[in-house]
Amino acid sequence: MDLYVHPRFEVLRSEKKCICCRVCERQCANGAHGYDESAGTMESYDEKCVNCHRCVALCPTKALKIAETSHSFRQNANWSGHTIQELYLQANTGGVLLSSMGNPRPLPSYFDRILLNASQVTNPSIDPLREPMETRTFLGKKNQTVTRDTRGRLKDNMGAQLELRAPIMFSAMSLGSISYNAHASLANAARELGIFYNCGEGGLHKDFYKYGPNTIVQVASGRFGVHQPYLMAGAAVEIKMGQGAKPGIGGHLPGHKNMGQIAATRMTPEGSDAISPAPHHDIYSIEDLRQLVYSLKEATGNTKPIIVKIAAVHNVAAIASGVARSGADIIAIDGFRGGTGAAPTRIRDNVGIPIELALASVDQKLRDEGIRSDVSLVVGGSIRSSTDWVKAIALGADACYIATGALLALGCHLCRSCHTNLCNWGIATQRPDLVRRLNPEIGAEHLVNLIKAWQHELREIMGGMGINSVEALRGNRLMLRGVGMTREELDILGIKHAGL
Amino acid sequence: MLKEGQVRIPSGCAIAGVFSRSGERMPGGDIIRSIEVMHDRSNGLGGGFAGYGIYPEFPDYYAFHLFYDDPVCQRNCENYLERRFSIISFGEIPTTKVPSIMDEPLIYRYFLLPLPDKLRASQRSVEEYVSHCALSINEKIDGAFVFSSGKNMGVFKASGFPEDVGRFYRLDTYAGYSWTAHGRYPTNTPGWWGGAHPFGLLDLSVVHNGEISSYDANRRFLEMFGYKHSLQTDTEAITYIVDYLHRKMGLSLQETADVMAAPFWVSIKNLPADQREYYTYLRKRFGSLLVTGPFSIILGYAGGMMILGDRLKLRSMVCGDHGDRFYAASEECAIRAICPEIEDVWSPDAGQPVIVELA
Repeated sequence: MDLYVHPRFEVLRSEKKCICCRVCERQCANGAHGYDESAGTMESYDEKCVNCHRCVALCPTKALKIAETSHSFRQNANWSGHTIQELYLQANTGGVLLSSMGNPRPLPSYFDRILLNASQVTNPSIDPLREPMETRTFLGKKNQTVTRDTRGRLKDNMGAQLELRAPIMFSAMSLGSISYNAHASLANAARELGIFYNCGEGGLHKDFYKYGPNTIVQVASGRFGVHQPYLMAGAAVEIKMGQGAKPGIGGHLPGHKNMGQIAATRMTPEGSDAISPAPHHDIYSIEDLRQLVYSLKEATGNTKPIIVKIAAVHNVAAIASGVARSGADIIAIDGFRGGTGAAPTRIRDNVGIPIELALASVDQKLRDEGIRSDVSLVVGGSIRSSTDWVKAIALGADACYIATGALLALGCHLCRSCHTNLCNWGIATQRPDLVRRLNPEIGAEHLVNLIKAWQHELREIMGGMGINSVEALRGNRLMLRGVGMTREELDILGIKHAGL
Repeated sequence: MLKEGQVRIPSGCAIAGVFSRSGERMPGGDIIRSIEVMHDRSNGLGGGFAGYGIYPEFPDYYAFHLFYDDPVCQRNCENYLERRFSIISFGEIPTTKVPSIMDEPLIYRYFLLPLPDKLRASQRSVEEYVSHCALSINEKIDGAFVFSSGKNMGVFKASGFPEDVGRFYRLDTYAGYSWTAHGRYPTNTPGWWGGAHPFGLLDLSVVHNGEISSYDANRRFLEMFGYKHSLQTDTEAITYIVDYLHRKMGLSLQETADVMAAPFWVSIKNLPADQREYYTYLRKRFGSLLVTGPFSIILGYAGGMMILGDRLKLRSMVCGDHGDRFYAASEECAIRAICPEIEDVWSPDAGQPVIVELA
């Protein structure tokens, strides 16, 4: 007999408010609700509930709420109830624990312990409602020598650059890990915002080629859907070496998700598991990466900046320095809080380092070596708000990648069950009836709203600092102070403690 | 107490400049009277001057002005200089006692040429060699500070009100075709003479009024190219920006100004195509050297002077033309103090450089 695992959540239904309309039952792909014909009442199956709030949000009488179970084990500071239950699950199945989205553990957030500066007396703050407040950003190499034409005029010899209206982009999520409608939402929003979305490693659906000027196409270890028109379709090509949620681990799209257009876009047989190997099998070292970078430059006629995305691991500064010397135009670093459609829980929760520390040490390392202008730095891995964004730029990022935040704007409730293909919000699922729940026009509108709101806040914060163009914020660590940090943490971040 | 360079101190200021296009050499007394009128814009914690064409007897030698804490520092530094330069002449810089100026360091001047074999071995250009030595002394030799290192020009500065500093250095005994002056209003008191302005590197000198909000972004970019910010002042950063863009990258001064005080994108958008490309290129390529926040500067260099204000015009700057002379100052009164009959007085547009050079 299996070890008993108690349901994590309890569906709380107000009998007084419930009108037995059965909306919850129809909306829950997990099957957490049922109707008892004989008794004429709704039933709950707590063990099926993932706490995604679909039923709660759609219940017309607000009769539902979900609670974390109060069922408890005997108090133990070392063995939490959750840990015990995970162990039972493994004892029952012999399997690796799977989960989705980002690391939920209560590890320190450095963003939360960094405070921002503002002007007082000796220089004026700037009112963004009265003065231009510039956020335009160019990503790419900026190390070219100055050249002039025969008449002595400066020549633009900078090669391919990504031009962003604001230094933020939607990071890679493959078609397969998320739905067609989610992709359509991201693509639409990126176009309207003058920024970029990243199609991820599952290829680019034929319907989305029209968003090419606002698309970053990805080449990952599985090489799914990679062909010359694909490489040419986007504004930049990203080589995915690693992902913050699962550094050192590949990807696995189960066969039941790899159907129809997903399989066609990936150029894989329908129903077969689409497996991205842990390493690129043509990249076992840094010199191999250089070859892939230049192969892609050649394949695209040097018209696209090449991004190399790496996970923030212990030696990230030295790795990034090597990547900068390998022809990459942009380095994307993904922190340990970054999300995923599916990852082994233990990897997600224990591998990698915080993006704040990785960013600070990479930026400083590249400066120490005099090669910071050889690459732009893009960081992701839990940029949760405009202030995380501002702090990342001041630490040295040229731009930020967001994905979890973008999915939240599409309606995700962070139930961390993407790997089940049962996303009730139509985001991380390929079931047509569920995908239909996400309206791409409304999705795009929410994304546009979110980024515009953050841009307003960015401008307001910059104005307060007396800065009216975002390039003057980039790497401007004097605008940051730490609270409650050790000397070593401050040194790594390159900032002073508050009060100094 | 922490010295300037160990702590960052915001300052307000007064600045003034006068330039003779024909190269007529003007005694230093005029510029003292000009900056003196703006007494209330300084607080007695720093004043200084730069004069060009003041060493006609040694026009081709690098004139190093140095502060020493004591004779031991002096000996260390002179050993350093002797190993790298032939010293054609040196001596104490003549000063006179002024009641308000106290606790002066040892102040020496050297006329130098790099030793040819050392220069060759360094594989640097002459200017790189000289600026590298000046920066190295400031960074590595305790108690020694090079505050002027150009040819046929000199910086004079001290802790005090600028008019007292000018008299202390007996500037009326020098004559130059170009003078700039600075009165400082720091928010706290390092009392260290090296922290006064102008800031000089080779023949570049900068006087600056403002507090730039882009300081750390600019500084961290410049440090990649060996510019160690030993003073942590805006003026130092601005000098290095000009040195990097103008001398190292070969941009003209106009182009340099267009990087530092770039037009807004909304303005660039409406320009003719060739100008749009020009400004877009500069912003794309040198965005890290955009200077934000309030500043107005007078940049002195061999044969010319450039005036530049920030792109929002957050600091005052007035320019004037009278015959052969060009004037610039934080306030019009400073110009009228030495040229009461002047008629042609104007305020330059935000971010637009005014460049005057010897005819």
